[in-house]
Order: sequence, then structure tokens, then C-alpha cells
Amino acid sequence: MSATHDLLLEARAVSKHFGGVKALTEVSLTIRRGEIYGLIGPNGAGKTTFFNCLTGLYVPDGGGFTFDGRPLQADAPQRAAARGIARTFQNIRLFGQMTALENVMVGRHVRTRAGVLGAILRNRATREEEAAIRRRAEELLHYVGIADRAGDLARNLSYGDQRRLEIARALATEPKLLCLDEPAAGMNGAETEELKVLIEGIRKDGTTVLLIEHDVKLVMGLCDRLAVLDYGQKICEDVPAVVQKDKRVIEAYLGEVPEDA
Amino acid sequence: MRHPVLHWLLRLPRHTAFLAVTGGAILLALPFVAMLGGQAWVRILDLAILYVFLALGLNIVVGFAGLLDLGYIAFYAVGAYTWALLASPHFGLHLPFWVILPIGALLACLFGVLLGAPTLRLRGDYLAIVTLGFGEIIRIFLNNLNAPVNITNGPQGITLIDPVKLGAFSFSSRTEIFGYTLTGPQKYYFLLLALCVLVVIINYRLQHSRIGRAWQAIREDEVAAKAVGINTRNMKLLAFAMGASFGGIAGGIYAAMQGFVSPESFSLIESIMVLAMVVLGGMGHIPGVILGAVLLAILPEALRFGVVPMQQALFGKVLVDPESLRMLIFGLALVLVMRFRPQGLWPSPERKRELLAGREGRA
Repeated sequence: MSATHDLLLEARAVSKHFGGVKALTEVSLTIRRGEIYGLIGPNGAGKTTFFNCLTGLYVPDGGGFTFDGRPLQADAPQRAAARGIARTFQNIRLFGQMTALENVMVGRHVRTRAGVLGAILRNRATREEEAAIRRRAEELLHYVGIADRAGDLARNLSYGDQRRLEIARALATEPKLLCLDEPAAGMNGAETEELKVLIEGIRKDGTTVLLIEHDVKLVMGLCDRLAVLDYGQKICEDVPAVVQKDKRVIEAYLGEVPEDA
Repeated sequence: MRHPVLHWLLRLPRHTAFLAVTGGAILLALPFVAMLGGQAWVRILDLAILYVFLALGLNIVVGFAGLLDLGYIAFYAVGAYTWALLASPHFGLHLPFWVILPIGALLACLFGVLLGAPTLRLRGDYLAIVTLGFGEIIRIFLNNLNAPVNITNGPQGITLIDPVKLGAFSFSSRTEIFGYTLTGPQKYYFLLLALCVLVVIINYRLQHSRIGRAWQAIREDEVAAKAVGINTRNMKLLAFAMGASFGGIAGGIYAAMQGFVSPESFSLIESIMVLAMVVLGGMGHIPGVILGAVLLAILPEALRFGVVPMQQALFGKVLVDPESLRMLIFGLALVLVMRFRPQGLWPSPERKRELLAGREGRA
């Protein structure tokens, strides 16, 4: 089991400020291979900012990341995706006018190579790659449980299905680390339960998961370890049982009497 | 082994095959039918196809990648002047077309990248303004590059440009084939038709490829496209470069066909016309773009031939100049289409489906 304890991601003193607002102050954390790692905290604590720094949408003002043994150049999202970091968005960002299947096919872009000439000539290699892209996309739609919606425009899917589609699209990039930004937001109890099963399945199939979530029950039940952010600072990082009892976390986020947990 | 075209036709559903065959037959017969109305009509057909070609080129930039380009005609100008300078008495150069057309395409492509590289951070309106300025800059350059060294011959333009020639076979003169005399415009028609079929195939194949999907993804949501690993900068540059190359090729053929180019053929209104063809027809949908291009290319000519005699018959004199009537009708058509069919006259099935779904959802 030594591989499970390999470090996949190490964040070292990551800072980001917008003008005078310190969104992140020297946040350091480590994510191990194969774990489900939670990132929680009150609104505005800097969780999504951390995601954006990690996935290259923002350039951190200080600190940096080591991913999979090598430093991560945090300046271009497409490079982060190529290295194996995929993400979903808090406010779902699908390609609305494309079908569900096409959305996932776009996710294969970074792992495929056909260029303009291939597209125009449609030689054997291009046709085979295209068929493989389609096959993989169909598999992934099946995997997240929306195979029957393959031909529908993404914008016409139900909210829950859109979340699933976004996960399928992210998985299509063959990530080592899948970052989910509030995947359960707006879901009812049954949907959240299905989502939990899905995320556990993803981890079992070998993808490490980083999860931002407000649903405390989901986070505590799902995550191996978690970090708590407050005002851009990490105030705690440990297994759920310890985090739940941490005084600062209770003060900042969980509230005095955590009834659910 | 059956012939591949025959094979392809036999595999199509019956009514599609029927449409393909009759459509092909009509396209082949068209220049002979038009000839009955006079040489001028064949020329109009030629221009219509040239506009289809141009519109399909712009469709890559605007329709596929969603980059609003208001200076597209600049690439057309680059292609046209490349041909004019390399195949006319102006510099005494008379290079063959298979040398000039690639040079024109490459130069236009280069200009496409030159325009694209600094503007890629811009979106929507801002990009439109910069491209608009770029288009005008090219035209003004062409207008003024006659001093101190005379390169473009300024506003007088360049005359006596060589036609497209294949050995001794010139596209501008009459030829006897099977006892029938083919006129120059008729030959250009077939040349342009062949090129157009090629560009339709290229458009179609690009759209349904990894590249086409990446463009569409950028158009839909650039941030999400980046997040799944698409190099948006390169993809946008590629769209600009490809669109520009097609513009360059169209420009070269135009110069050869007309035998004359001058800066005033490449004004802003031309860019707007080509863009309107793409938008009116149905952005990103190839048949729609073709329809838009044909309609808008034929409209002014139809007016010229229809309105003047009509006015003379009704009022005994011409009250409204067909040129101003053209802009009036064109503007009205734009407003009406944007009001009642914002997706274009012939949108792609997905867009139509989505609009219908939207309506049902509201009801």
C-alpha cells in the first residue's frame, strides 16, 4: 500500500490577492495518491481561488505546486490539463449548444492529436482516432449514468445530469487528479447519494479526487482527509473525525453544535 | 471495384441520392441556362459562387470559432493584389496560377496570423473593432503604396491582369468543346464550382473533427475549453489563418477573372456583406452559409435587372437608383431576419432543435 501514500500534489505556501483582498495566504497542503481530499470552508474562504490557482486559471502571487513529482507551471490551464489535472466548475460550464456526447468528446482533445491535415484528408489514423474518441466518450457517459442523453444538447439536460456530464468531460482528459467544485450544490438527497457512489467509484478506479463541498455530511462521509480554509488561510488539515472536533473549525464553519455528524 | 463517387451515391438514402444527382445536374447546367439571358448573367453566377467561397472561408472564423471578424475582405485583397502583382504587366511578371495561388494563400494566412496574434485576448465587440480597423488599414495601404515606390499603383489599380491559364488553355477566352462554344465566364464558373465543392468538403470535414469540436468549444465557453486542455490561443490562430487562406485564394481568382483590381473593391461594406451572408444564412451551418451567400450576391444584380425596367415601365423614368434600393432592402432584410429568425435562414438542425425546445419550455 505504499503507492497510496505517495504524494500526488503538494501546495507550498500558495498566496493570491486581488488588490487589497487576500484571497489566499500561504496555503500549504498535500494530497496523496488515491485519496478523496476535501476542501471546505465558509463562502469566500478562498476554496475556488485555490482551485483556479491549481488549474492554471489564476497565477498565484506566491508559492507553487508540485504535481506528480514535478513542479506545476501555473500559467496555462491547458498545460495543467495535459499534466493530469481536470476540474468541474461551481457554476456548471458546459458547452451548451453541443450534445452531451460532443462535450465528452471535447474532453478527449488533450489526449488526441489529429490536426488540420488529418481532419481534411480523413486518413486512416484520423478515422481510427475519431472512432476511439467517440467510443471512449460513450463509455464515459455510461460510466456517469447518462448514456441515454448522449444526443441531447448539454443545455437541455437536467441540473443533476449536467453535473454528471461535467464530471464525464473532466474524466475524458484522463486526469490523475479530479477537482470537483461543489458537485452536490443544488442536488436533492437521492441525487447526492448517487453522486457519492459515483465519486467513490472514480477513486476506486484510480483517480485521486479533490472535492470542494458545502454538504458537510457528504464531505465527512466521503473524504479521507480534508483541509479547512477561512479568510484565505488553512486553519486545519486532518481526517474528518479530527477536523469535526477542531475548535477553530467549529467556530469558523461548522457551528457550535454539529447535529448531523 | 465501383467508382468511389458511385459507391458513395449508392450508400446514401434514396431521396438524398436523388437530391445530390439533380442538384449536381442543375449546377452543371446553370451556366448554359444563364447564357440564354446573356453573358452578364453568367458573370453574376461566377460572382455568386465566389462569394459562396468567401463566405465559407469566413464561416471558419465566425461560424466555427465564434470570432467576429469585420475585416475579412482584407485577406481577399491580399490574395487579389498578390495575383495582380505577380501576373500583370505592372512588374512584368507572369507567373503561372499554381505558383501564385499558393503564394496568395500563404501571404493571406500570414496576414491572418499577424492580425490574430495581438488580438486573441479580445472578444466580441472589441475584436470586431480591431479587425475592422485592420481591414481599413490594408485598403488604405493599397491606396497609398504608389509612392515613393510604386508597388500597388494606388487608386488607379492594376489592369491587364493575366487570366487563369493552364498551359495553352486560358479561362478568359472562348473554347470549342464538343461543338459547343464555352465562353470565358462559363469556364470560370466550372473552375469556381470545383473550388467551391472542395471548400465545402474542407469546411464539413473540419467541422466534424477534433479541431472543429475544439473551435466550437471555444465559441461556447472559452474558460471551460481551456480547462479541458484546449490551447485556445493556437486554435484561434488556426481559425484566423485558415479563414484568411481561403480569402486569399478567392481574391486571386477574383483578380484573374476581372483582369483588374483597385482598392475600392475592398471596402468595409464588402466585409460587412460577407459577414451578413454568414449570419443571415445560419452561422456555422454550411448549407445555410451557401444560401446566404447566393441570396445576397444575386440580390443586387436581380434588382439592377428588375427594378430599372420596372420603374421605366411604371413611371417612365428611374426614380430610385437600384444601388440605394439595394442597401435599403439589405438593411430591411437584416432587421427582419434578426427579429424573426435570429438563428439565420437555414440554421443547423441542433440550433433549430434547441430553439424549438426553448419555445416548448416557455409555453
